[in-house]
Amino acid sequence: MVKTWAKRLYMSLIFLILYIPILVLVVLSFNNSKARVNWGGFTLKWYESLLSNSRVVDAFSTTLVLAFGSALVATAIGLVGAIGISAMKKRNYAIMLGATNIPMLNAEIVTALSLTLLFIRFMKLGFTTVFIGHVTFGVPYVILNVLPRLRTLNKSAYEAALDLGASPVYAFFKVCWPELMPGILSGFLMAATMSMDDFIITYFTRGPGINTISTLVYSELKRGIQPEMYALSTILFLLVLVMLLVFNLLSNRRDSLQKGA
Amino acid sequence: MNRTKKSWFAFPYILWIIGFTVIPLCLVLYYAFTNTDGQITFENIFAIAEPAHLKSLWTSLKMAVLTTLICFLLAYPLGLILRSLKLKRSNFVIFLFILPMWMNFLLRTMAWQLILSNNGLLNNFLDFIHLPRVHLIYTFKAVLIGMVYDFLPFMILPVYNSLSAIDNDIIEAGKDLGANYFTILGKIIFPLTLPGVISGITMVFVPSMTSFVISNVLGGSNTLLIGNIIEQEFTYNFNWNLGSGLSFVLLIFTLVSMALMSVFDKSEGGNNLW
Amino acid sequence: MSNRLINLEHITKIFDGEKVLDDLNLYIRENEFLTLLGPSGCGKTTTLRIIGGFLYPDEGKVIFNGKDITQLPPNQRQLNTVFQKYALFPNMNVAENIAFGLKIKKKSASYIQDKIKYALKLVNLDGYEKRKVDALSGGQQQRIAIARAIVNEPKVLLLDEPLGALDLKMRQDMQYELIRLKNELGITFIYVTHDQEEALTMSDTIVVMNGGYIQQIGTPEDIYNEPQNAFVADFIGDSNLIAGTMVQDRLVEILGARFLCVDEGFGENNPVDVVIRPEDIELVEPDVGIIKGRVTSVIFKGVHYEMDVMANGFEWLVHSTTMVPVDTEVGIFIKPFNIQIMHKPVSDDEKAVDTNE
Repeated sequence: MVKTWAKRLYMSLIFLILYIPILVLVVLSFNNSKARVNWGGFTLKWYESLLSNSRVVDAFSTTLVLAFGSALVATAIGLVGAIGISAMKKRNYAIMLGATNIPMLNAEIVTALSLTLLFIRFMKLGFTTVFIGHVTFGVPYVILNVLPRLRTLNKSAYEAALDLGASPVYAFFKVCWPELMPGILSGFLMAATMSMDDFIITYFTRGPGINTISTLVYSELKRGIQPEMYALSTILFLLVLVMLLVFNLLSNRRDSLQKGA
Repeated sequence: MNRTKKSWFAFPYILWIIGFTVIPLCLVLYYAFTNTDGQITFENIFAIAEPAHLKSLWTSLKMAVLTTLICFLLAYPLGLILRSLKLKRSNFVIFLFILPMWMNFLLRTMAWQLILSNNGLLNNFLDFIHLPRVHLIYTFKAVLIGMVYDFLPFMILPVYNSLSAIDNDIIEAGKDLGANYFTILGKIIFPLTLPGVISGITMVFVPSMTSFVISNVLGGSNTLLIGNIIEQEFTYNFNWNLGSGLSFVLLIFTLVSMALMSVFDKSEGGNNLW
Repeated sequence: MSNRLINLEHITKIFDGEKVLDDLNLYIRENEFLTLLGPSGCGKTTTLRIIGGFLYPDEGKVIFNGKDITQLPPNQRQLNTVFQKYALFPNMNVAENIAFGLKIKKKSASYIQDKIKYALKLVNLDGYEKRKVDALSGGQQQRIAIARAIVNEPKVLLLDEPLGALDLKMRQDMQYELIRLKNELGITFIYVTHDQEEALTMSDTIVVMNGGYIQQIGTPEDIYNEPQNAFVADFIGDSNLIAGTMVQDRLVEILGARFLCVDEGFGENNPVDVVIRPEDIELVEPDVGIIKGRVTSVIFKGVHYEMDVMANGFEWLVHSTTMVPVDTEVGIFIKPFNIQIMHKPVSDDEKAVDTNE
C-alpha cells in the first residue's frame, strides 16, 4: 500500500498548487518594481495608493453592502420559506425543492441573462437590480442549509415548550431558534460569500457607475493590471482568512462546550 | 399550528421564485423563439449549427469534461489520503484546502495570468533551471489550468465529506472477508461515495462548461467558449434574441447532462449540494 | 377517587380520511393512575395529544373540571406532558430546563430556585442543576423531563410512553419511581404505553384500546382475569384463545370436549370465544384429565417451564413450575372458574388483530 510519506507528498503538492497563486499575489503586493517578475525591494506604496483610490474604496463598500444586505434579505425570505416548505406534503415539497435548485444548477450566464431580460423590460438597471439578482441566487443556499435542520428539529421540544405554558412565538424563538441557528448562520454566510464572489450576475444586471470588486478587477484586467490589485488581493485574502478562522473557532468552541461538562 | 396554515409561510418565497426565476426563464424562451420583430422563429436555436458556434460548443464540452475529470483525479486520492492519515486536526486541514475557494475568483485568475504569461513567473522559473520556455497563455491549456484551479475545491469538499462519512467498520469488514485494497476501493468505498462524487461533478461540470470569464482572461480570443459567444451577442451586439437562443441550447445541454448524471445517482442525497 | 376530572365526550379524530378515534367516551377521575394501553396505531397517543391540546378532535368535547377546553391551546391548559423522547431543550442546562415553565409564569427567582431544588430531590438528582442535558443518561434525562413538568404543579401529568427508550432494568426501576412520585404528588397520571406489564404494574385503571375503539376499561385484575373480548385476552399476557360453543349455562364445548365453567347468560348452543391462561392449565395423569395430549416442547423460562401440549388438534400453551418431559402423554384439567367465556366480536373493528408484542 501507499507509504505515509508518499501520501504527505501528494497532499503537499496539491496544497502548493492551491496556494502558489495567492502567494504570488501577496509577494508582488510588496514589490517596489512595477515589472511583474523583478523584485525591486519592499514597499507599502501600493497599499497607500489603493486606499486613496476612490474607485476601489467605492467598489469595496458596494461589495460589502451588497453581500451583507442581500444575504440578510435572502436569509429572511429563505428562513420563512423553509418553514413553509417543511410543512408541505411530499409532492409540493419536491416541487419546491426542485424550484430551489434551479438557480444553483442553472448556468450562471443563463440566470444572469434571464434576469437582465426581465429588468430591462420593467425597471432601470442599477444597484437595486444587482441587489435583487444577488438575493435570488442567495436564497437557495439559505433554504438548503435550514431545511435539513427544520426536518430534524426536535418537534416534541417545541411541543414541550407549549405544554409548559409558552406561546407559539416564544416557543419558536426560545427552543427552535437555537437549534436552527447554525443552519441559518451558515446559509447567511454562504449567501454573503457567493455574493462577494459573484461576477457574472453583477456584470449583467448592474447599471452604469455600479462596481463591485469583481467587476472592477475585470475591467482592470482588460486594461492591464495595476499593482494596487495585488495589494487588494492580499487584503481580501487576510480578511477572508480571519473571518473564517473566527467562525471556525466559534463553532468549535460551541461544539466542545456542548460535548463537555 | 397545522400544516396547511404553516405552509403559507412559503408564500413570499414562492412569489420570489415566480418573479425572479420562472418569469425570467420564460422571457429567455420568448426571446429565443422570436426575432427582433417579435415573430416566431427557430433561427436563434439553429444558429448553434453555425461553424463558429458549433466549434465553441465543442470546445466548451471538451473543457468541461477535462476540467471535471482532472478535478476528480486530483481530489479523490486527496480525499482518500485525508481519510487514511487520521490527522488530529483533520477539520483544520480540510479548511486549508477549501480556503482558496473563498477568495475572489477573478483575483485568483489574475494570478494565473501572471504565472502563465510569456514573461511570467513560470517561464522565469524555467529559465532559472535552464529548461525551455513554454507558451501557455491564451491557449486552451491555460484556460484548463485556470478552470481546474478554480473549481478543484468544489470537488474536494463533497468527495471528502462522503469519504469521511464511511464507517471504518465497513472497510474492516471488507478486509475481514478477504478483499484487498483495490477491491475494497472499487466495490465498497467508491460506490458509497458516489453521491458525493456526483455532486462534485455537478458543481464543476456546469460552471466550467458555461463560464466565460476565465476563458476571457486566460484564453484571449483564441479559446472561445459558448459562454463567451453568448456574452458577446448580448453585451456587444445587443442581439438578445440570438443570445437567448444560444442560452436556451446551453440550458438544454446542462439539463441533459444533469439527467444523465441522476441516472447514476440513485440515492436521495443527490439533491444536496453541500 | 370519586370526582371526575376529565371527560372525553364523543371524540372522533380523522387523519387523511381514516378514523383514528371513533366516538370515544372516557372519564378520568381525580388522583387516578390511568393507563391507555394498546398496540401502535390504536389511537392511544392521539387520545393523549387531544387531552394535552396538541391535536383538536374533529368531533366531540374535552371537559376539564367542568369546563370545555376542547379548543384551548396547550400553553393554557392546567396539565403537563412528559414526552416519549424526553424533549429536553438541548440549548439549556438542567436548571434552565426545569425553570422554563416557571419563568413564563413570572415566578420570583427564589421561588424558582426552591422549586428546582425540590423537584431534583424528588427525582433523586440533587445537585444536577448545572449539568448539560445531553451529558445525562436516558434515565436521568427522563427524570429531568418529569421534574420539568411537575414544578408547574399540574393537575394532571400526561406521560407518553416515557419509559420506551430505556433499557429493561432502568424501566423496572422507573416504574416504582413513578408510582412513588404519583403517591407523593397526589395528582392524576394519564399514561400511554404498549407494554402490558408496565400497565398492569402501575395503573389504577387500564383502558385497553384497539383500532380507535376502547376495548375494555377496568382494574389490572379485571383486565387480566376477565378479558371481555378476544383482543384483550390476546393482548394482555399469554393465553390460549379457542373458539367454542356454549352448550348451556356453565357448560362449554371446546375442541370436541365439554368443560365445566362458571359463566352464565350466553344462551344455548351459541358460538363463543374461550380464553384460558397458560398458568391455569393443570397437567395431570392422562386418565384424570378432561382431554388427553402429548407434550411437544419444553422451554425453561426462569420462574416456570413453558410447555406446548398437542391435544385435540390444538397446541396448548402451558406454564408450570414442574417440568414434564417431551413426548409424555398427559391429561389436561382446567378448574371451572379459570375458563373465561367471551362473546364473539360483533363488528370488524373489535376483531382481535395480530399484534407483534
